[in-house]
Amino acid sequence: MTAAAPAPPPRTDAPGARLRTIRRTGFSIGLATGLYGISFGALATASGLDLWQAMVLSAVMFTGGSQFAFVGVVGGGGSALGAALASLLLGIRNTLYGVILAPSLPRGGVKGAARAQLTIDESAALAASGTDDAERRAGFWSAGVWVYVFWNLFTLAGALAGQHIADAAAWGLDAAAAGAFIALLWPRLRSGEAVAIAGVAAFVALVTTPVLPAGLPVLAAALVAVAAGLLPSGRSRTAPPAGPGAGRSRSDDGREETR
Amino acid sequence: MTLLWIAVIAASALSFVQKWIGYQAPQDVLERPRIARITRLLPIALLGALVATQTATSGAELVLDARVAGLGLAIVLLALRAPFLVVVIGAAAAAAALRALGWA
Repeated sequence: MTAAAPAPPPRTDAPGARLRTIRRTGFSIGLATGLYGISFGALATASGLDLWQAMVLSAVMFTGGSQFAFVGVVGGGGSALGAALASLLLGIRNTLYGVILAPSLPRGGVKGAARAQLTIDESAALAASGTDDAERRAGFWSAGVWVYVFWNLFTLAGALAGQHIADAAAWGLDAAAAGAFIALLWPRLRSGEAVAIAGVAAFVALVTTPVLPAGLPVLAAALVAVAAGLLPSGRSRTAPPAGPGAGRSRSDDGREETR
Repeated sequence: MTLLWIAVIAASALSFVQKWIGYQAPQDVLERPRIARITRLLPIALLGALVATQTATSGAELVLDARVAGLGLAIVLLALRAPFLVVVIGAAAAAAALRALGWA
């Protein structure tokens, strides 16, 4: 994938070709992530949800981590309220994605609702790997739509198949998810600063996992980026404009922020 | 049962609200250099955290198992500039193979 190239453009290939590559990547992400829906569907029915409840979660809630948290709490004998709270805790990061994505995506109407519904880890990550708005849009919609299609399809398959393939681990699907996330992170690790932030964030997520409720470790790790962004190093104005959002920040170089 | 349905529908609807509300943040705030810098760094931190939790946690516990090998192969494949799908399938295959052999 071209996004794996270590440096941002010079672009040699046509924008159309780059957009096609992004859309192909979006399809791949959709298929790989969607397959994980099999284990969600199977786990949901094994946890005491019926087929329709599993499908409502995949079609309307549509954010994998929250859905697994929901059925995990129900399956573990927790209350329905506890299940809802756990899923909402995990969903907070989707709000963050919307904040990041808002400048690149259309507002209002059906598309405005669709962009909200499709805002998940995968679509936000592929969008953020784009170097301009056209690439970010292509990444967001391709990953979002394909994940939605395959996630719901395979949730249905998993719920119907029941527990026969509930052990997604035997197929390595849990490692596939880790592989997908590292593949999305990889092209961003262009600077020592990025590597440091990713490393510290990973560390924070791991050490807080035993002590924080599900979903919060990832948010605690997000604070690493906030802290790094607020560091009074002056780098925010001298850093080379590489990476997602760079065009936006560069256009504002003249503005001093009061603090 | 009805209570479970209420929880399913309420949590699903609120999940959509969570997603929608992020887009309503005022853009002039987002365009400040410091904020723009944070929003650029956030995905890096989030992805780093997701890699870690997806690889080495199970519920509230830290667990080292076949997923680590899957992640290791994924990194090798990325260093070799393999396409996305190859990386993902490679990670799954490595973990599945180790488990099938009973080594992890």
